[in-house]
Order: sequence, then C-alpha cells, then structure tokens
Amino acid sequence: MTLALPDPEALCAELVRQLKPHVNAQTALVGIYTGGAWLAERLHAALGIALPMGVLDISFYRDDFDKTGLHPQIKPTQIPFEVEGRHIVLVDDVLYTGRTVRGAMNELFDYGRPASISLAVLIDRGGRELPVAAQYVGAKLEVPTNLMLVLDRNENGKLRLKLDA
Amino acid sequence: MHNPQLNKKGELQHLLSLEGLPREILTDILDTAASFVGVTAREVKKVPLLRGKSVFNLFFEASTRTRTTFEIAAKRLSADVINLNIAVSSHTKGETVLDTVDNLSAMHADMFVVRHAQSGAPYLIANHVASHLHVINAGDGRHAHPTQGLLDLYTIRHYKKDFSRLSVAIVGDVLHSRVARSLIHGLTLMGTPDIRVIGPMTLIPTGVEKLGVRVFHDMAAGLRDLDVVVMLRLQNERMHGALLSSAQEFFKYYGLTQEKLALAKPDAIVMHPGPLNRGVEIDSAVADGPHAVILSQVTFGIAVRMAVMSTLAGN
Repeated sequence: MTLALPDPEALCAELVRQLKPHVNAQTALVGIYTGGAWLAERLHAALGIALPMGVLDISFYRDDFDKTGLHPQIKPTQIPFEVEGRHIVLVDDVLYTGRTVRGAMNELFDYGRPASISLAVLIDRGGRELPVAAQYVGAKLEVPTNLMLVLDRNENGKLRLKLDA
Repeated sequence: MHNPQLNKKGELQHLLSLEGLPREILTDILDTAASFVGVTAREVKKVPLLRGKSVFNLFFEASTRTRTTFEIAAKRLSADVINLNIAVSSHTKGETVLDTVDNLSAMHADMFVVRHAQSGAPYLIANHVASHLHVINAGDGRHAHPTQGLLDLYTIRHYKKDFSRLSVAIVGDVLHSRVARSLIHGLTLMGTPDIRVIGPMTLIPTGVEKLGVRVFHDMAAGLRDLDVVVMLRLQNERMHGALLSSAQEFFKYYGLTQEKLALAKPDAIVMHPGPLNRGVEIDSAVADGPHAVILSQVTFGIAVRMAVMSTLAGN
C-alpha cells in the first residue's frame, strides 16, 4: 500500500508559525530523543529562543520496561535550565498512544515544577491510549496500526518521514 | 562454551564475573551508567525503572561500602531493598545457603545481590534460583567482584577516554584480590594493551601471566610511564602466615608515595577500591592529592550498579 507522507520541512515551518505568538522569555523547548530532539533543534533556531534547549531520553520512565527491557543506547537527558516556574514546550515527532509524553512529563517533574507544559508534534496519528493532547500540531495523519511512523534525518540534516513495518 | 550468566538470547541474566563476557555488554552497561550519573546529580535522584521489584542484599561477609552503594542504587531505581546480614543470622544457626535463598525466593524476591567469602557461591545460587530471578555477585572469595571491575572501567574511561593506548598497573596484594582479577578481565575485554601487576613475590599469584599481564616485583620499574595506578588494599583479615614481614616494610617497598608516583605519567590517575590503609599501601599525600580519583570511583559505583541492576531486570 502507499500512503502519501507530508514533507516534514513544511510541517516544521507550520509549527514555527503556530508557536511564534506564544514564545516569551520564560519559554523553554525540550525535545524527546531522537526525532523530537532533531525537531526541537530546528524550532529552537527558527524561534530564536534565548534559553538553551533540553533533551529527554525517557528510557528510564517507560511503562513497558518489563516487556522490552532497556534500550542499549540510552542518551543522557540534559535539562540545562531551571525547570521551576518555566513554560515548557515538549517537542516530539509523532504523537500516537501518549505513553511517551506521559513518561516525559514524569521525568520533567523530577527536575522541578514547571509553570506549564504544552506539546508540539510534527504528526498526530491518533490512536491515543491516555488523555494526552498536543497544542501545536504540524498535521494529522491516519496511519494503519501495524505500521510505525518515524522521523529520519540524513547526513545533510534534512528531515524525512518514513513508515516501518 | 555456554556462559552461565547469559540467557538463551545471549542477554545478561546474572552478573557473576566479567570473564568471557562480550565487550558489547560491558560497553552498554558503561554507557547506561553515564546516563545514570546525570540522574544522580539531579534534585530528585530516583527513576521508576524497578518500581515494585524487591532486591535482597545477601551479605554472608561483612561490607559497608559495597552494601551501601548497592542499596542506594536499588533505591534510586525505586526498588524495595531488604538488607540481610547473614554473617550474623540464620547462617550461624546452621541453615544452608540454598535454604536461605529458597526462603527469600518464597518472599517474592526479584534480585539477589550476593557477597560470600567462598569463591563460586553466587554461581551456586544463580544455578539454583527460578529463571525470572537475577543474581549479582558483590564479591566472592578471591574470585570476582564484577561491579567493582565495571566501576573501575567506568572511572578509567571517564578520565582517559580510550583503552586502546593505556598502561595500567594493579599494585599490592593481588593474591587475595577479587578486585584485581575482575579488573584484569575487564581491561582485557576493553582492549587495554599494557596491563601490569606489581607486588612482592608472596602476594602475586603464580601463573598470573596467563591472564596476559606483566609481573613486576620492583615497583619503580612497574610504575614507569603509567596512565593508571590501581592500589589494592592490604587484606589484613586474609593474611595467614608469613606472607609479609611487616606493614612498615610493605609500605617501604610497595606503598604509593608522591616520589614513586612521579615515575608514572604526569597526568596519571590513582585509584583504590577502599577502604584505605593509609601508610600501608598508600600515603595520605597521594590519597588526598590531585591524582587520586578514589572518591569519584565511589560516586560512579552507584551509577554503574544502577546500570547493572536495570540491565538485568530488563532481560
């Protein structure tokens, strides 16, 4: 089957447009490894955000650790700013079940109590298993449940969406 | 040959010794530990990985540092920790090790951290327990202390980055040292080209060269151009008979002083598994000096044990 996948570069520009009016001196971006971190890098530069961006690896907060174990390559979480009182925009590539976002929020709260957390995603593919919603969405896309939709980045830094079985 | 520590998928089921493990497993544990170092520096030092799991510290032999760091590691992973100082409980009433383990398994243990004066005791336990349980060797006799070996590797990698050009010496009572054996295996697996052991003839095990190390009885010769000096504790409690004439004489020939350390490279690091015998194997000026990374080893030890526990629990 073929499914027309949108161009992530265009979706990225759309997210910048949506986020721009809401960015202020207290805004901090936090990308979720790996796709979300790439996207956050783009948004961080395009929005001219003063605070350094954070990155989260939620491996230690996954709710399926019992079934899947640890992933061998865990990247260190880095939150290079005070979380307390901050308005944090979590950034991920694809929003699906909502479980990753739950893990990310749990981890953020172990660093402090943010004033607010909102969520920006490139693609919302539906299929939520938790009451999680994104405030900033590049596009909505129906994807068959047996397929994984992932963001890829080539050596030139160009983003591309792809489907994995 | 089947490695009793690995499950059918080749993943780490128990950690009993570093000997014969694939380098990839060691590297994964060290990389995971690096992420846990970040966790232990935060205000909330806990992650929920082992929530609901019960970790039993089975210490058939006295230990403060190792037991405490295992306890902290388990608690930072949100596990429930039960400390059993068996040296002073049912063991003395005549219960066998395996009966003790069966009783604790019936209390729904998930993981055993075992220290025992007999080499091989953790293997006995690992062979005996049900397949969902995990056993970590926290030191067995003169045989192995794999988490100490891993934290030593972590410390060396932290300061020296790359094993492939390093000269490392292990100094002192190698004969009684499970720390030395685990570190030699670990350094070899990581591709360290120059591993030396330094000590008096009575405290170097015969045939140690077969592990691929060079033996030095003259400390000055052994220290030359070293990147890493690992001092071992002189194990007073394991000294039977006339292995040494006196602690003073040992210090004179094999104690690490600033003068002797000057023979190593200028940026050499000095490690020690603790507890320190100041003035026996190491001079205070060195132990508290700029080359010593002994307290970093303790801090890294927690992250490394977190990495081992979470790796096992996920397999």
